[in-house]
Amino acid sequence: MIEIKDIRKSYRTDAEPFEALKGVSFTIKDGEFVAIMGPSGSGKSTLMHILGALDSPTSGTYFLDGKDVSILTDDELADIRKDKIGFVFQSFNLLPRTTVLRNVVLPLIYDGVGEKERIVRAKEALIASGLDEAHFTHLSNQLSGGQIQRVAIARALVNNPTLILADEPTGNLDTKTGEIVLGTFQKLNKEQGRTIVLITHEYDVALHADRIITIRDGFIISDNNLHEKKIINL
Amino acid sequence: MKTKDILEETIMALSSNKVRSGLTMLGIIIGIASVIAMTAIGTGAQNSISASIQSIGSNLIIVSPGAPRGVGQQVRQERGSAKTLTLADVEALKTISGVKSVTAEVSSRYQVTAKGTNTNTTVDGVTTDYSIVRNLEMGEGNFITDQNNQSGAKVAVIGPTVVIDLFGEGATDIVGQSIKIKSIQFKVIGITKAKGGTGFQNPDDMIYIPLTTAQRYFSGDQYVSSISVAATSSDVTTQVQTDITTKLLDRHHISNPTLADFNTMNQADIIKTASSVTGTFTMLLSAIAGISLLVGGIGIMNMMLTSVTERTKEIGLRKAIGAKRRDVNIQFLVEAVMLTFIGGVLGVILGWGVSFAITSLGILEAQVSLSSVLLAFGVSAFIGIVFGYYPAQRASKLNPIEALRYE
Ligand SMILES: Nc1ncnc2c1ncn2[C@@H]1O[C@H](COP(=O)(O)OP(=O)(O)OP(=O)(O)O)[C@@H](O)[C@H]1O
Ligand SMILES: [Mg+2]
Repeated sequence: MIEIKDIRKSYRTDAEPFEALKGVSFTIKDGEFVAIMGPSGSGKSTLMHILGALDSPTSGTYFLDGKDVSILTDDELADIRKDKIGFVFQSFNLLPRTTVLRNVVLPLIYDGVGEKERIVRAKEALIASGLDEAHFTHLSNQLSGGQIQRVAIARALVNNPTLILADEPTGNLDTKTGEIVLGTFQKLNKEQGRTIVLITHEYDVALHADRIITIRDGFIISDNNLHEKKIINL
Repeated sequence: MKTKDILEETIMALSSNKVRSGLTMLGIIIGIASVIAMTAIGTGAQNSISASIQSIGSNLIIVSPGAPRGVGQQVRQERGSAKTLTLADVEALKTISGVKSVTAEVSSRYQVTAKGTNTNTTVDGVTTDYSIVRNLEMGEGNFITDQNNQSGAKVAVIGPTVVIDLFGEGATDIVGQSIKIKSIQFKVIGITKAKGGTGFQNPDDMIYIPLTTAQRYFSGDQYVSSISVAATSSDVTTQVQTDITTKLLDRHHISNPTLADFNTMNQADIIKTASSVTGTFTMLLSAIAGISLLVGGIGIMNMMLTSVTERTKEIGLRKAIGAKRRDVNIQFLVEAVMLTFIGGVLGVILGWGVSFAITSLGILEAQVSLSSVLLAFGVSAFIGIVFGYYPAQRASKLNPIEALRYE
């Protein structure tokens, strides 16, 4: 359960501080599939970083599963990320010159999971995100855009997070591949009950979620439940 | 994060840029190897000098004419340059208790010929006791006798090197042949056994003749160029040395010891002097080697800093998926230590190889000491930690968001 109240975030710049989020509040219940939508520069990624405990808000409160995240230290935040959150970044951020499997195993290494178990779990995650087994031992820079995105999703899944945060996961993909990725998220949401926050600037993509929060210039301008989401059957 | 995983990550990181890791390591390898080789050479030189000083005899005290100077200068001072010691002094020294034997010599370099070949070597006028004092052993024939000295016989005992120089390699029946020293004919009555000493005076490259003969035909006076006294044991050497000084001062009617017209030196002094010279030399060499090790360490730091900058995005990502400061810190520190450690191992092997090569080429008996190996390891690990610390700190303190944004 995510509860944020009056979150503000300002960035220090050469001139006066720039406020990217100007008081954002909402609640996301466990098992929801939410799309955060808005034009470029509206503060979506900034919001995701705060939701993902990567960054602290300048002011406001953030409760994740009842725990106040806004007052934690760096290392405590690292623990939250490790245990509860899976990221799919706007630019995929796989380790270069490293195999697919190793990329996915990485979060488990920091979690201290044993060698055998983590291989098993990494393979499961890769299969769940729809990557062909033939590619598991490829180096990350030998993959196509769609394949890279699946590896990124698998890495986000592998530590069994309750919350998956995906920043423009379909941004660099063609429509068809994009739909497969969205279908994967729907499946993870429906079958495994994971909370998914999907960030996008395309209304068409947002239509695959249960709820759409729209932000502009750091403000929420609308927050609606979708009665009829687009469902993709894989 | 488990130790095994840290090592695995480190190996992956280092092998992903093999050339750079290798070149960085080279700095450490050269540094460590030179520290090891230099100390080995230094120790070897020290041992060889001590050994050659020991080879001239045991519990030896050498009395030479001239004003006393600093111990360091006496070693190289040309003996016989002043004329103050006589055979009467020699006789007087024999009465001191704790003295085993006393011998004197008149020493100079002359042209020596035999059957048309000639050489230039040290001709030593000696007494019978010389062979005892200086541990000389005879290969063939006999040493100079008291009788030879009394009669001033023109007989000579020659060293094996002189034999080769004058008669050629493998020559036989040398004893009984004649040689000419400064155009005066001498009969060879013996050949000394090869001693193989090196250093200031090679005992194999010498000609011994009776002392009285040397005084009569060559120096033309009754002075001697040095007196060698053998003490009965090492315990009494110091006492004997003091007694010699007292006795000679008395005989020469000198009341102020600082004005003495001779000086005495025992073997321990000579070895100490020589050791302090080689010790300084070794320190100098090691210091230079140490500097190259330091430069190697700076190379490590440079590489680690470059690597932190290059991998900023990767560090951000690792943090985003749950790496703590400590994890990142350890990973970079281990990378630096691993580089210096592998470099250290290869450096020790290389240094050992160099020392071995120097030994087998016969240049010097280089001795690699365990302590220098341990020191080298300690230093290289220390360098890894010191020069890896700052880059690792820098990496661990990166803000994940800024790191991820880094291009
Ligand atoms: N580190 C920073 N320093 C200064 N300003 C920043 C920083 N990060 C973001 N901003 C500013 O904050 C605003 C919101 O940025 P953010 O990345 O959240 O936008 P976004 O909605 O994700 O855009 P896009 O759809 O293009 O990814 C932008 O105007 C951006 O310039
Ligand atoms: Mg963004």
